[in-house]
Amino acid sequence: MTITGAEALVQGLVSEGVSIVFGYPGGAILPVYDALRNSKIKHVLVRQEQGGVHAASGYARVGGKTGVCMATSGPGATNLVTGLANAYMDSTPLVAITGQVARSMVGTDAFQEVDITGITHPITKHSYLVQKADDIPRIIKEAFHIASTGRPGPVLIDVPRDVAEEICKGKVPDKVNLPGYKPTMQGHSAQVKTAAQMMIAAKRPVLAAGGGVILANAAEELVQLAEMIQAPVMTTLMGLGSIPTVHDLYLGMPGMHGHPSANKAIMECDLLVTVGMRFDDRLTGAVGKFAPHAKIIHIDIDPAEIGKNVRVNIPIVGHVKLVLQSIIERLEPVQHQEWFDKIRQWKTEDPPLYLADEEQLTTPMVLQRLNQLTSGDMIVTTDVGQHQMFAAQLIRLKHPKSFITSGGLGTMGYGFPAAIGVQMAKPEARVVCVTGDGSFQMSMSELATAREQGLPIIILLFNNHCLGLVRQLQHFYCDRRQMAVDITGSPDFVKLAEAYGIKGYRISHPREIDQVLQQALAQDELTIVECEIRHEEYVNPNVLAGKGLDEMVLGKGGNS
Amino acid sequence: MRHVLSVMVENQAGVLTRVAGMFSRRGYNIESLTVGTTENPKISRMTIVVEGDAHVIEQVAKQLHKLIEVIKVSDITKEEYIDRELVLIKVHAELSQRGEIMQIVDIFRARIVDLGAKSLVVEATGDQGKISAIEASLKPFGIKEMVRCGKVAMVRGVKSKVE
Repeated sequence: MTITGAEALVQGLVSEGVSIVFGYPGGAILPVYDALRNSKIKHVLVRQEQGGVHAASGYARVGGKTGVCMATSGPGATNLVTGLANAYMDSTPLVAITGQVARSMVGTDAFQEVDITGITHPITKHSYLVQKADDIPRIIKEAFHIASTGRPGPVLIDVPRDVAEEICKGKVPDKVNLPGYKPTMQGHSAQVKTAAQMMIAAKRPVLAAGGGVILANAAEELVQLAEMIQAPVMTTLMGLGSIPTVHDLYLGMPGMHGHPSANKAIMECDLLVTVGMRFDDRLTGAVGKFAPHAKIIHIDIDPAEIGKNVRVNIPIVGHVKLVLQSIIERLEPVQHQEWFDKIRQWKTEDPPLYLADEEQLTTPMVLQRLNQLTSGDMIVTTDVGQHQMFAAQLIRLKHPKSFITSGGLGTMGYGFPAAIGVQMAKPEARVVCVTGDGSFQMSMSELATAREQGLPIIILLFNNHCLGLVRQLQHFYCDRRQMAVDITGSPDFVKLAEAYGIKGYRISHPREIDQVLQQALAQDELTIVECEIRHEEYVNPNVLAGKGLDEMVLGKGGNS
Repeated sequence: MRHVLSVMVENQAGVLTRVAGMFSRRGYNIESLTVGTTENPKISRMTIVVEGDAHVIEQVAKQLHKLIEVIKVSDITKEEYIDRELVLIKVHAELSQRGEIMQIVDIFRARIVDLGAKSLVVEATGDQGKISAIEASLKPFGIKEMVRCGKVAMVRGVKSKVE
């Protein structure tokens, strides 16, 4: 039986275990869609390709499988760019398939032609421009292997239309043969031994967990290690959820908008063990002032992250789960009671980040009530802005993979389409998208997608009628001069819900929180809950540019 | 400090763009880059000369190695290696000056590979110093055109760069 390249592609997806594809069709990718029609793969038609790639990202991050999105050539492909960059920065396993103009037309500036492999070189882990149909089975297998192993990331496959139509005689190879690609899994045993010794010897150890802990399913090992050496744990934005937020040893998130005690711990510790994190500049503050008294152990699967931003004493390249296991094997339980007491004291001394204000609705109020009403049994996706930082600080998390946010790229418009992917990966989960009026309007066209798919996502939209985080930056860096941050002309979001035939509520006063949230949570439907908050909310603390983590601006919470 | 990297890559379309692109977008400056196939037709070797301190070179090597098609990256700066550059120089040569030019060419063990009415094309290979020296020696006659390739390098002895 002969098959076409497009059919081989779809067969490849099926054998890689793909059950959902998020996409948007078009001319150049027609043959692939035609082949998809005859398969068991579910196709989710998004309203813009960027929604598709973000949905695939949310799907991958909670579902533990590689997300797949599709787009046609030209504008379809370029609409994927932000989502691919986002996935690259956050190490999310994705395979993006784009249509391309026929081989004979490549390079002629044909209709809907763009050099998407060229455009995406810097933002994909790897990319393919398929030259002949015979290569497709091998390429699909390689692409999924590359996307999901080592440090995960997005892979793009660009398929010219005539290649998709051509007869494919290629077979799926038994194994992937990539001589240059062999991720290191086991940590170097001597380094592991030294690390374990240092942990035993340390007086003031701290663990810092990044997104790599979650990607490696290593949360259990992380907590076990922390308990063994009585070390407090902080989690980066991407690492949130790798230790339950109510855990005795949890310190919070360090960095620019981090918890004061987490930042203090970095400044005072004598051993900083960083696991699956990359010393992002939002986390370190001024690098020269970072962790001045600490020896640093850095565990990461990507050797290029080691020593990139911060010099470390003990680098360990390897799969985070395996490395943690091998460290734990060499450890004996140790007590750091004095240090532990100090940390606990810091935690109690921390000024409340936000004051309760009975009269005026604030974001923290709503989020804290959401915690209570759900007992933390939810998956939160966020957009980018103040609401994201409030959520990172305040949302109670019980499990890994329950806080899905755009960490590295900071992509506004990520949260809602990501929630679509999350809900499709976990139909039984309570999914709440925490967003703002700025971010939501970047991707609210996906309301139609969510409705079409019958997804019971709760969109918790904090409307301050401005771009709050930019406004806050202008407050600090532009001497309070405000420019281009007021958002006018927004729709009435409750009426918008009505227009889509979904539920819409508004909370304007603290006394309305309970009733609305309870009602929204009780019914299993796509819902917008708009919270009317003030212009003047600020996220604190705040480490300003060039400052060290111990120089944070505390302010008095939401109302400075 | 100037470092010489010997980089083995899969011989596929687009590899050069990926490698060169990595340098430019991460702000590393390539001094020279040469590429050609090896004894194995599936593998090409790039010789990349890049300026930077140890920290920069370490990052360059690590980032290079992240590219899927890069098989091996070796910094051979501190090893015993042979390196060569090639230059073609079209030098202005009146009949009366040809003898003198030919003497210079002899001294440098270079070759004359083309003869025009008022010009000669000289081919020379050697390390960077020799190439610069022959260029300087021919300059007084008037260099009409010159093309120079980047460095190619190979470690001495039996050691092979690919297992």
